[in-house]
Amino acid sequence: MKKGKYALEGLKVVDFSWVFTGPIVTKFLGDHGAEIIKIESATRPDGTRVYTPLKPGAMGLNSSGVFANYNSSKYSMNINLREPRGVEVVKRLVERADMVLETFGPGVMKRRGLDYDELKKVKPDIIMLSMSMVGQYGPHSQQPSFGQVLQATNGFVHLLGWPDRAPSLPVAAYTDFIAPWYVLIALMGALDYRRRTGKGQYIDLAMLEASVHPASPVVMDYTVNGRIQNRMGNRCPGAAPHGVYPCKGHERWCAIAVFSDDEWQALCQGMGNPEWTKSPKFDTLPHRTENIEELDNLMGEWTANYTPEEIMAKLQAVGVAAGVVQTGEDLVDHDLQLRHRHHFVELEHAEMGLHLSERPPFRLSKTPSEPQRPFPSFGEHTEYVCKEILGMTDEEFAELIGAGVLS
Amino acid sequence: MAEEKEKPPMLDRYRVLDLTDDKGALCGKTLAELGADVIKVERPSGDPSRNIGPFYQDTPDPEKSLNWFAFNLNKRGITLNIETKDGQEIFKKLVKTADFVIESFKPGYLDKLGLGYKALSEVNPRIILTSITPFGQTGPYSNYNASDLITMAMSGYVYICGDADRPPVRFSSDQSYYQASLQASVGALIAHHYRELSGEGQHVDVSIEESMVWTLCYAPHDWYLLKSLEHTREGPLWKRYGVTYRLIWPCKDGYVCYRLLMAQPGAEVMNDLIASMNAEGLGEDMKGIEWTKLSFAEVSQENINHWEEEIGKYFLRHTKRELHEEAVRQRNVIQPVNTGKDILESPQLAARDFWVEVEHPELGASITYPGSYFKSTGTSWQKGHRAPLIGEHNEEIYEKELGFPKQELATLKRENVI
Repeated sequence: MKKGKYALEGLKVVDFSWVFTGPIVTKFLGDHGAEIIKIESATRPDGTRVYTPLKPGAMGLNSSGVFANYNSSKYSMNINLREPRGVEVVKRLVERADMVLETFGPGVMKRRGLDYDELKKVKPDIIMLSMSMVGQYGPHSQQPSFGQVLQATNGFVHLLGWPDRAPSLPVAAYTDFIAPWYVLIALMGALDYRRRTGKGQYIDLAMLEASVHPASPVVMDYTVNGRIQNRMGNRCPGAAPHGVYPCKGHERWCAIAVFSDDEWQALCQGMGNPEWTKSPKFDTLPHRTENIEELDNLMGEWTANYTPEEIMAKLQAVGVAAGVVQTGEDLVDHDLQLRHRHHFVELEHAEMGLHLSERPPFRLSKTPSEPQRPFPSFGEHTEYVCKEILGMTDEEFAELIGAGVLS
Repeated sequence: MAEEKEKPPMLDRYRVLDLTDDKGALCGKTLAELGADVIKVERPSGDPSRNIGPFYQDTPDPEKSLNWFAFNLNKRGITLNIETKDGQEIFKKLVKTADFVIESFKPGYLDKLGLGYKALSEVNPRIILTSITPFGQTGPYSNYNASDLITMAMSGYVYICGDADRPPVRFSSDQSYYQASLQASVGALIAHHYRELSGEGQHVDVSIEESMVWTLCYAPHDWYLLKSLEHTREGPLWKRYGVTYRLIWPCKDGYVCYRLLMAQPGAEVMNDLIASMNAEGLGEDMKGIEWTKLSFAEVSQENINHWEEEIGKYFLRHTKRELHEEAVRQRNVIQPVNTGKDILESPQLAARDFWVEVEHPELGASITYPGSYFKSTGTSWQKGHRAPLIGEHNEEIYEKELGFPKQELATLKRENVI
């Protein structure tokens, strides 16, 4: 389908962020047409550039699968921010920008002379957002942290796993994948505010605070009922069966969720009405809940005869909510729905070669939501940004390179 | 700096018609807390998500669901049966006054009622319709039935969660719905920016499965680049570069999250932790190790296991609060695995005035809610009022704002349209 302009064409963003949250935010903006200038420095490239998995055979800073995914549609520029003239170059970029995003520890931008008070002098209506772990101030604001441990604090890790065991840890910091959406909502809100009023603003956004919002009922259950919610494996109040069951094959699993008695009847039909399903132990939701362990075992005995794909097809055909517990392989190679929606886009980078980039999980009917181009090599656009965007002369650029301000 | 309550909201009083159930309720909430006028449009008997627990004082009642309270804060509420002709006409009148419609029906449902994107855009070309469904509006799985467990499983997230010796697990909480709701807000606001420049609305088609795929990070790339399914469920552990670390540690009153630091800047803080341990007679042989200079190559799994055992003994003697406060002082990275209670008691959240009290006059109580997730120099988060009762704003909206005569409203009520 041919689509017109990008929704965010003309929007200009100076991006100091790194690792996951911030770069995901600017990828979303870039994939909708915004101009993203990613500021890195020779002494400190975005560390995600060396995160595994790395493309076999590719080398150095341009071979990470996750970095590639989160940095499509951006320019990369190397500036030495410890050099006053590096700070001046940044200010020239800010002068023509709409937004600045940074995810350093609290205080770093001020030490570089790049805090909001300084930046609004060169661009009075700039929108600047600082995303940090727990906020720019407060008793814990100076604690060093990273998403992998911070994710334990918003209440969801406590709810992942089995009640008789320690919680499980999401392999990728889960709060790193809640915060970006709140950052984007706040940035788009601030942009609307500026369009209507002409005013910019500085936003101090805390990952912890944003990620507590979806956990509201968990906290309110305590404030109102004094209950400390706990993890329940795959159980779910009001549903039975509700679980993950073994299937034919190595580490193959399916998920089945049955809430109402009608859905239970459909499930029985889908299973071919085996004798055990007729037991009064399972005739109503309260009975199924009471005998949930026996039910789970019997379900597992049935599912073990089939592949998860067969279970999904059989049960969906009779209207039962069932799905494959998909792996990375399933998502990339076999999921017909993701393929239909072109979720993964194969891009070719000059050095890394082919890699995957994800499209945002929504489609806009009139404007594109997709990578404009692959991730930038480290410092790939320093010259382009300086000469084409800032209009530096060849001499000025060469001088700044020679002085170690740019690289 | 101006007082918080004197600062305006970010968004104007844009009108949002919110037809979603629990799959999408958080979307409207994020817009309402930035200042939009979000009107929940429920069927006359009330939205089914009102029956999702937990409930206020554990009393099941459609007006007492904490889940409903949490995700419908600051919205107004009307009832409308959009399956009737009259209901459809009224809905179109509302759409003329609105900027956004959010819905989470099965694909094709609104089209069948003559209220799909095409029909709504004829009524109001500026309208942005945001649809939240398990797999998207079209495609081979688009008509599949799903609950959170199913979209979580299909997204690949379940596969990487849980203990190795038991089946994979989902969060005991509807994460895929929260993810999709937040993505729906992002998509709607991007479309809004375009609409304000071009005058044209559009249809935003959100997939819950894809929203959750977005949180996986490694798995698709492990497969694509290395044909590896390296990341499987590791419970409280974490495997990286061939070494297994403990990430979740039992302590005196629960768990903390921590990763042994070495071979990186900042690892010198290990010495302070070890000094604390030494003071209690633990970790004697960990003294004097130069943690920043250790290389991964020279450290064996046995070394790590031994150090973790010693640290684990120390953690068991202390509460998560003690360990966290000590880590703040020592600039170490220990974080508590917070329960709802711990979050509420967080000194950091208290210092930032995070919590707000919301009045619930019918319950004769006020309830503590999460408040502003940002501090701004120019705008503020809107607390507003508690979630609407069933049909609470029918009169205000139908009569006062849309100008329906009282008599007509009575008829519509009798005919169960509202």
